[in-house]
Parts: sequence; structure tokens; C-alpha cells
Amino acid sequence: MFSRREFLMAAVATSAIGGLGMPGQWARAAARQELSQSDLLDMDAYGNVTLVHITDLHAQLMPVFFREPSINLGVGDAYGKPPHVTGKDFLDLYNIQPGSAQAYALTSEDYVNLAKSYGKMGGMDRIATVVNSIRSSRADNMLLLDGGDTWQGSYTSNMTHGADMVEVMNALKPDAMTGHWEFTYGVDRVTEIVDELPFPFLGSNIYDAEWNEPAFEGYKIFERGGVKVGVIGQAFPYTPIANPRWMFPNWSFGIREEDIARNIEAARADGAELIVLLSHNGFDVDRALAKRVDGIDVILCGHTHDALPEPLLVNKTLLVATGSHGKFVSRLDLDVQKGDVKGFKYRLVPIFSDVIEQDAEMTALVEKVRAPYSEELARELGTTDSLLYRRGNFNGTFDDLICQALIEERDADIALSPGFRWGTSVLPGEAITVEDLHNACAMTYPSAYRSEMTGKTIHDILEDVADNLFNADPYYQQGGDMVRVGGMGYTIDPTKTIGNRITDMTLLESGEKINPESTYVVAGWASVSEDVEGPAIWDVVEDHLQKNPVVALEPNRSVKVISS
Amino acid sequence: MKLSRRKVLALGAGFGAAALTGLSTSGIAFADEAATQAAIDAFAAGAEVGEGRISLTAPEIAENGNTVPISVDVESEMTEADHVAAVMILASGNPNPGVITFNFTPMNGVAAATTRIRLAKTQDVIAVAKMSDGSVFMDKKLVKVTIGGCGG
Repeated sequence: MFSRREFLMAAVATSAIGGLGMPGQWARAAARQELSQSDLLDMDAYGNVTLVHITDLHAQLMPVFFREPSINLGVGDAYGKPPHVTGKDFLDLYNIQPGSAQAYALTSEDYVNLAKSYGKMGGMDRIATVVNSIRSSRADNMLLLDGGDTWQGSYTSNMTHGADMVEVMNALKPDAMTGHWEFTYGVDRVTEIVDELPFPFLGSNIYDAEWNEPAFEGYKIFERGGVKVGVIGQAFPYTPIANPRWMFPNWSFGIREEDIARNIEAARADGAELIVLLSHNGFDVDRALAKRVDGIDVILCGHTHDALPEPLLVNKTLLVATGSHGKFVSRLDLDVQKGDVKGFKYRLVPIFSDVIEQDAEMTALVEKVRAPYSEELARELGTTDSLLYRRGNFNGTFDDLICQALIEERDADIALSPGFRWGTSVLPGEAITVEDLHNACAMTYPSAYRSEMTGKTIHDILEDVADNLFNADPYYQQGGDMVRVGGMGYTIDPTKTIGNRITDMTLLESGEKINPESTYVVAGWASVSEDVEGPAIWDVVEDHLQKNPVVALEPNRSVKVISS
Repeated sequence: MKLSRRKVLALGAGFGAAALTGLSTSGIAFADEAATQAAIDAFAAGAEVGEGRISLTAPEIAENGNTVPISVDVESEMTEADHVAAVMILASGNPNPGVITFNFTPMNGVAAATTRIRLAKTQDVIAVAKMSDGSVFMDKKLVKVTIGGCGG
């Protein structure tokens, strides 16, 4: 189904260096259950430039549980290729031992048991330890780059309009960032923050919509280890489509590969010897981009939340995928000579929170920004007997819970919950806190709507979202998952084209087929429309939990996936 | 249409669909491929339509179908003997495919133009250049018109 060809190519590029790929040392240590910080961090420096990448933190300051997807289908050229490899296939592909620390960090296999053994991952104070450790030996060689989706995704980030994350990230001292959900704080707030940032917010593809001219700095040149490094920022191209455009009406986005090419040329003309794209395109878009645009040495990928233990080499471009929610930090050491990458060494550092020490200053800072909300964050809303998680192409149990709440609290036939890829996991037997709930829905447009739709409209919506996910051309993909549906089942063939993927839409309760002409009551949330009325989604779920304080979910079999 | 499509459908799902439905049910007749081809044939005046020299830039997915920025460039020295005479823009899926024709002279120096066009639904936008020697070149790009997606 998939081949190791691309990895072998990467291996060839580094055969002189060795040490690529799975850090064998921590694999063995983990097998003995005696993982230590030095197993995770120690790496002999290589070359003259060290890139440190973090992305898609989604405002997670504390260690979290985050289950990776068990279903993540690739279409077209991406079929069966990483990151569209999950579960056991992933373990086989990368020679990872089932039950090992890597298996826990990178897949959903045996997730609950391994979560209990290996504990939570991430946490800004642990990330600070890793970053500072690299910085202590590579300060003059190192660039710390933040791929965005940093300021949104938690109760505290929502309450402070991103101020908590800005303060914490400033303390981590990145050299540059780009963004996506950042823009959902609105043009005024984003401008206010960006004007004060002690590092550049780069967006080669962000334009002033009125004058059709660049609205942000596109790239910046840094000198590290005697090498001029051109870092080009690429914000999420479809921000005004996937998120409410009315919140930032003056900014236009898009892939704009011609601007990337122009900025590569400009950076090279300014003396850049290494070109890095700090990208929030999503992995498949970046893979396509690497084939179409020459001259990018490294793409630091974000948005689609994939974590890969090895970089992928596409033509001459290295693609690095660092995962999400603070679970990983990437370290890429490069030997750059006369404008060429002569070799590299890579490590995907897993942030095992029980193994990596806390950086005391960062612990204190995180405590400080959370303190005003500590009581509310810990407030228990219920408990769950089922593992709650979000990731997966078609459904996740957290959205099953949200859809159930929407149907019951809003008296609807059908519920729709967006296919976001952010949100943490709650283990069976644990309490569901305000913090957990908000990790799954903290946003600036949380209203839960209730409206009547015809069967045809519902079908059109599902087809539209499916095309955003499964269009064979990655440039037309938006990087989310399929909209989650409650109260209704359907069959999907991802390999078909728009209008032809979704069939057999059926009301679950009655078994009745959806009639295109009939009208149904639909409840949902996170509409991109400006004037949506309804309670915030977290209030809807809280009300539901008050009446049903123990969550026990049946396996969701309402979506049938077929392939022609 | 009284109801704005964006509102109705955005309400529908937060990212839902059916820019097409909104319009197609309102009874407007859409241009078919034949009308687009007829416009190209008339513009080409019998010349074979080639590829290259002209490049059309347009977003893959429109942020707002009512005003989609596009630009077109044609490689040419723009001399009296060899220049771009005209560039025609077509929206193959609009009720009327004709959008605009830019006329050039050597005085323009470069053959480039930018405008914003309205697209009723997902469709190919087509740019056709006619050179002073009568040769014709075409580029096209699929622009998806959607209410939104769900990136995250």
C-alpha cells in the first residue's frame, strides 16, 4: 500500500551522517521503561544551523493527553503515504515496537493503556527545558520558529484574547511565527499584538484585500552559524473561508505560490543561503508545493497536526512535521555550505511530561497566567466512562458528545460539529473539567445555532466539506476533517468527486432515508456567519452534562466509508 | 435573491456548501461549454489556440465569489512588429461567460492586467491572448466557489 521509497531517499541524503530517524536510544530506553531526559534530548550537534520548530500548540500551556487519529485517509498522490498512515501500518512503516513510547506518542494503538503508562505529553515548561537545552549549546546557530495556531484553543487563551500565550511565547523567545486561528481574534486584536511582538509575524500570502498589496512581512533573513537563513512565513491559505472572514475583512490569503517564489528570489538576492518555509499550509499542500516551487530547502509543516519521526524528502526539499498541542519539538541540524544543504540530522523530540524536567521560570509564568482562572478551570462538569478524543477523518468521541448535547439541548433532528483537529483527550474514568471542555471548543464564535434545512441542503453541505478534505488536488484541500454528524448516518466514497461522494443519508433513530425535499431541524456551532444567535457551545454541553453527568458512548458506526 | 447565500448556508453548517444551489435554483440560465467555446473561436478568428506565453493567476478557492481577484501576464517584447493585441477573460460557468477584453498596444510596454470578477459557482476562468501576428494562447484555472471549509 505504501512504500518506503521516499524515506530511503531521505536516508541516502544523510547516509554520510547517520543518526537519522528514530532515535534508537530512546526507543530502547522506553522499552525498559526507564526513559530519561538525556535519552530524549542528547544529540551531537551537526553542521552550522539548527532549526527548532514548534507548531499548533493550540494554547496548551499544560501537559495533555492527545490521541492521534486512527483514520486519516489520503487521496490522489497522497494515497497511502505519510502522514496518511495510521495505527499498526504506522508502526510497521517506521519500525516502531507496539507498546513503546514512540507507539504511544505517534499513534492511537492501545492508547488508553499506554496513556496510563507513559502519562501526559507537552507542557510549556517542559518545552522550555528542551528549547533552552538546545539553545545552551547552539545559541549562535539556532532559530526557533513557531508555525502558528498558538494563541487559540483553551479557556485561558479565549478569556485573555490570546494574551496568556503571547506572554508565555515571548518568554520562549521565538525568532518568527506565522498564523491561522490567531486571526479569529479579529483584525484589531491581531494588529495590536503583532505590533508589540518582539519577533516578526511573517505572512508571505497575506494581502490587504482592498489594495491587493502585502499586509505582513513576507520573509526575514537571519544570520546563524555564519549562514544567512531566509525564513518565509506562510499563513493558513484558507483562513477567510474556514473561519469568519468578517472578523478580518481587510485581509486576503490564498496559497499564492508565485509570491513564495518571488520571496525566495528576493531572499536569495539578499544573500540567503538557506531557504526555510515556515508553513501553515497543511502537509499535503506543502508536499505539492515542494514539487511545484523550486528553491525551498526546508518546509516546517503545520496545520494538519501530523507528527512524523523522519523528515520527508520531496525533490530537494525536506518536509518536517512536528505534530500539535505541544507533544513534540523538532530539531533539525543542517550543514549549509555555499548555498547548499550538504547534510542534515533530525530529531522529533517527544515531550514526555514525566520525563522532561520543568523549567522553573516557565512553570512560574504558566502558573501566573492561569491563576486568575484556576478554580473555574478545575471545575468538574461530569465524568466519562469512554475515552474522549477528537482526531479522525469522520468522527471522534468528543464530537459524539457535543452532537448528543446539541440534539438534546436544542431539540434537533440532526447535529453538526465542525471537523476541527484541535482538542485534547480525556481518559476513561476521569472527570470532565471546564478546561477539558474548552480545549475542545474555545473560540471567538461559539454560538450554537438551530435552523431548518432541507435534505438537499444537508447533502450539499456534506459534499462541500468532503471536497475540502478529499479533493484529489491538495491545493483545494483546507486541512480540517469531515464535519461530524449526529442523528444521521451516511455513506462516503472519498475517491469520488464533489456531488458524488455522499449517499444513503439516513436518520439514525427512525432508519428513515433523508428526503431532499423534506425539512429537518439542524443544530450546530461555529458558524462563519456574522449574526448567528444561540448559546455558546460550551454552555450547551455543560447543560447536557448536568442532566447526564456520566458519559458513556457507544462506538460510532454511523459513517460507512467505501472506495470505488 | 433576497437571502444572501453566504448567510443562509454559513448558518447551515459553519462551513457549508451550496453556493451552486443557491443560484441554480433561482432560475438563471448558465452558460454552457458551447457558449464559452464559441467566444474563444470568435476571438481566435481561425487561429489555433496554443499553450504557454500567457499566465493567469487566480485563487484556487475564492474567498468571496462576488469579487475574485485575477491577474494575467503575457510574455512579449511589446514591439510594433511583435506585441500582444488583446487578452480576453472568460468565466465559463457564469450566466454570460464574457468578462472583459483588454486591448494592448506596444505603448503599454508590458502586457499585464489585474481585475476582480464575480463568479457564480465553481468554474474554469479562462484567459486568451491574441498576438499581433494573429497567433493565440490560452491559460485557464479552476476557481472553487464555496461558502467555506473547516480548517483546523
